[in-house]
Amino acid sequence: MAELVVLIDHTAGTPKKVSLQMLTAARSLAADLGSEVAAVWLGPGAADASAQLGAHGATKLYHWDSDEASAYVTLPQVEALEAVLDQTDVAAVLFASTNHVKDVAARLAIRVDAGVITDCTGLGVDAGAIVATKEVFGGELITTSRVADGKVPMFGVASNAFVAEPADGAAPELVALDVTLSDVAKAAAVTSVEKQSDSSRPDIAEAAIVVSGGRGLGKEDGFELIEQLADVLGAGVGASRAATDAGWYPHRYQVGQTGRTISPSLYLCAGISGAIQHRAGMQTSQNIVAINKDPEAPIFQITDFGVVGDLYDVVPALIEEIRSRTS
Amino acid sequence: MKVIVPVKRVPDTAGDKIIDPETKTVDRDAVESVLCPINEFALEEAMRLKEEHDAELTVLLVGPDEAQPVVRKALSYGLDAGLQITDEAIGGSDALGTAKIIAKALEGTEFDVVIFGNQSTDARTSLVPAAVAELLGLPSLTYARHLEIDGDRIVVHREHEEGYDVVESTLPAIVSVVEAINEPRYPSFKGIMAAKSKPLNVKSLADLGVSADDVGAGAAAATLYEFEPRPPKEAGTIVEDDGSGSAARQLAEWLAEKKFI
Repeated sequence: MAELVVLIDHTAGTPKKVSLQMLTAARSLAADLGSEVAAVWLGPGAADASAQLGAHGATKLYHWDSDEASAYVTLPQVEALEAVLDQTDVAAVLFASTNHVKDVAARLAIRVDAGVITDCTGLGVDAGAIVATKEVFGGELITTSRVADGKVPMFGVASNAFVAEPADGAAPELVALDVTLSDVAKAAAVTSVEKQSDSSRPDIAEAAIVVSGGRGLGKEDGFELIEQLADVLGAGVGASRAATDAGWYPHRYQVGQTGRTISPSLYLCAGISGAIQHRAGMQTSQNIVAINKDPEAPIFQITDFGVVGDLYDVVPALIEEIRSRTS
Repeated sequence: MKVIVPVKRVPDTAGDKIIDPETKTVDRDAVESVLCPINEFALEEAMRLKEEHDAELTVLLVGPDEAQPVVRKALSYGLDAGLQITDEAIGGSDALGTAKIIAKALEGTEFDVVIFGNQSTDARTSLVPAAVAELLGLPSLTYARHLEIDGDRIVVHREHEEGYDVVESTLPAIVSVVEAINEPRYPSFKGIMAAKSKPLNVKSLADLGVSADDVGAGAAAATLYEFEPRPPKEAGTIVEDDGSGSAARQLAEWLAEKKFI
């Protein structure tokens, strides 16, 4: 049976939410295609995660337990995936459409003559082939595309595009991969990993709720208020380009055209006017809330709930309201 | 040291995008085109290498004649020469097709490092730098927020969600940069004037030894077959804060209704 291969993105032994969302999407595609869902876990930790992956739809789990998977840049994962593709009839490859994984996809695509569609927000089956919808030009247009015949179809899945739903899946069949890295794969080494994030907050791509601050905060300290609001909501913290350019918050939290594109269930921003460059990174969010002094700010064109007012009045009051309701 | 900076001509983000229903590609005549803003960080980083290592800098652009102003714009930052790949057959190429053209252009050029922007503001696939590296059998040190070259070694701080990885390889290497890496200069008047007379080499696909059948819309691995504008959003609730705290209360109620709290 052809396999729908899903590359599991994980951190410290735990699958990221997008991985379980991909498995859920793959389960439904596999049913339509008459194929099975095979997950791929690269690096240590596959055995511990296998039950959860099985519950979400993986019937097979290819794993490579070696630390080499992350000891070099990109290519170990490419070569491990090549090993999977060598031993199976592949229906398609699904991967998390995040920066580092896109590199894996690009290099793999060249090696196996694949076609890649990144940042998919919808996947379906039409006439026996997978079709993907994605938003382009900052969400202004929605396109539907498919991979040309004769190419291995690869789809990068956007975070939060699908809802992860466990099924009654049993533990998957474990298949250990035998990978011997080529010399070229060892050409670029990872010499250290610097973690700078406050791990108490979810990453903005994974978070169900993201609270963002921008120029209207007026100062770096303003982010303390944004963080407080994020913490009462269990949210991740984002920032506009104006805020990251000013050095108020690190670039990796930037939402927008030159930063990251996210689609949380709730995007709540304060002091962000909503220029198109910012909207390009967040307008696919399911619910949008803005707090801004300027009633003419373009962000209010796309909000579900907007508050016109001084964020230094509204946000503290909102934090108190939420605390009193949740305590 | 020789450095190549591939740049892209993109529709201005603020302009209205029109997709031609026949070709299913963006009608680039209908919207103002500009140098991709993320390329500015690559150009600045290249200029830093020029200042520190006396590097020789070439701008590379794949695109039609009309894109030449974008090459000149890139040169105005202070780079030395331009290389433009122009061919009617290129139109409609997807990211991997574009990567094939860039890789062929690089094969015929001497370089130590190639500096891309981490994504273009139009397609935003981020696939091109790593695909080019794969085609050339070189390391892809992407998403650089810091870059250092010492002899034939390159060290990059590769940004990710939780911080960054320190990665290193020997040269030559393919790099992409994120905007955290530097603060781009503005082209000087002198730079803008000088850019007009910098050497610009224009090549066709045949010059590179690329078959027209391997690129363009016909060879694109991803086929677009439908598109529609995003449906307009229904107007939401707007409340004004009158200083009584009622706006915050109404927002909290809305959040509770939606089960966010």
